[in-house]
Amino acid sequence: MPHFERLYNFACWLTHDRQEAEDLVQETYAKALKGFSSFQPGTNFRAWIYKILRNAFLTSRTGLKAAATVPLDLEDEEEALPAVNETPESILLRRSDGQLVQQALEQLPVAYREVLLLCEVEEMSYQEISTTLAIPMGTVMSRLSRARKSLGESLRLQFQKG
Amino acid sequence: MVCESWKTKLDTYLDGELPDEEMRSFDAHVRGCPSCSADALTRVQMKRAIQVAGKRYAPSAEFRQRMQQKLAPKPQRSFGLGWMFVAAAGVILVVGTLTSAYLGTRFGRDQVFSEIADLHVAVLASSSPVDVISTDRHTVKPWFQGKIPFAFNLPELQNSEFTLLGGRMTYLDQTPGAHLIYDVGKHHISVFVFQERSFKLPASLSENSNSPRNLPFNMETWSQGGLRYFVIGDASAADIDSLAKLFKAAA
Repeated sequence: MPHFERLYNFACWLTHDRQEAEDLVQETYAKALKGFSSFQPGTNFRAWIYKILRNAFLTSRTGLKAAATVPLDLEDEEEALPAVNETPESILLRRSDGQLVQQALEQLPVAYREVLLLCEVEEMSYQEISTTLAIPMGTVMSRLSRARKSLGESLRLQFQKG
Repeated sequence: MVCESWKTKLDTYLDGELPDEEMRSFDAHVRGCPSCSADALTRVQMKRAIQVAGKRYAPSAEFRQRMQQKLAPKPQRSFGLGWMFVAAAGVILVVGTLTSAYLGTRFGRDQVFSEIADLHVAVLASSSPVDVISTDRHTVKPWFQGKIPFAFNLPELQNSEFTLLGGRMTYLDQTPGAHLIYDVGKHHISVFVFQERSFKLPASLSENSNSPRNLPFNMETWSQGGLRYFVIGDASAADIDSLAKLFKAAA
């Protein structure tokens, strides 16, 4: 089963529910097998199967709910925002508290969470992310930038609370 | 402030997504700029922290096993099913063949026995059961000469309880044969003699056989000297056997 562990991990991050994630992965493989003829050899298989999973998620109840609550991206702002000079990362790293990062990731809107995970965890290229999420490259870059900024702010808030 | 233009692209640089030429320029700048290199370091550390935190969930062994079972390679499955199908077809074929052979044999044997029994009963019910009426075997045997394509010997019945009543021609499976009628006590016994070669008997009749259980008669059959003998009647099995032995001894 190619990418099984990673797909499951990604599904868990999307759904926040292991049972839903299992259903999602199962649905993904079923659709991938059924529609394998639509996969064009030579193109990116990983992006193809992640796209199937993500589309399945978006049409699920949780996915529809998440999409409804996600604020519209600031993608109309053409330029990627510069990262803040404040360094919650350095504070975080000093604390070596991985749980804070996980909490911050959980609290991100799904649109930010997924693009960050695809970039940092799956180490996808922008092109792969663009294919997976079916968004332009520029949108990938701006969304990534905002996701990082949002994550940093979330970490800073948690740190201040803590 | 001079680094602002660089820092807007810092993430893209760290993601390795800048064009080659720009990457090389960025490398040179970061090495010489303490601010940008410090910023790059913390961002790299953040990337790694996200990477570690992001690899949070692992599928359970049960789920993995369930998925593996669902996604088991179909060629193997169809191969297995194919062999199961072939095996099942083979079993059906063998069973079918054996069954049909058994039934065919049984049917053939039973059919012959039934026909013999029918001939026996029909003749006894006839007003003229025999065409040659004689207790003398030397009279009866010559009567068949020219009527049937074979010759046979009749046993000497002196000192036996059997009495020859006579004989007639008969046909079984379109094959002419001799039908002899004997008496033992008040019982009538028919003895049929046919040419073995011209008579399509089931394979089971190449051996000596006893009567099937569903016939209300006792019967014995055997092959001897190229002839097929049937001894049938409502007499006891011992009487049937005794007469059969007399014929066997005379042959």
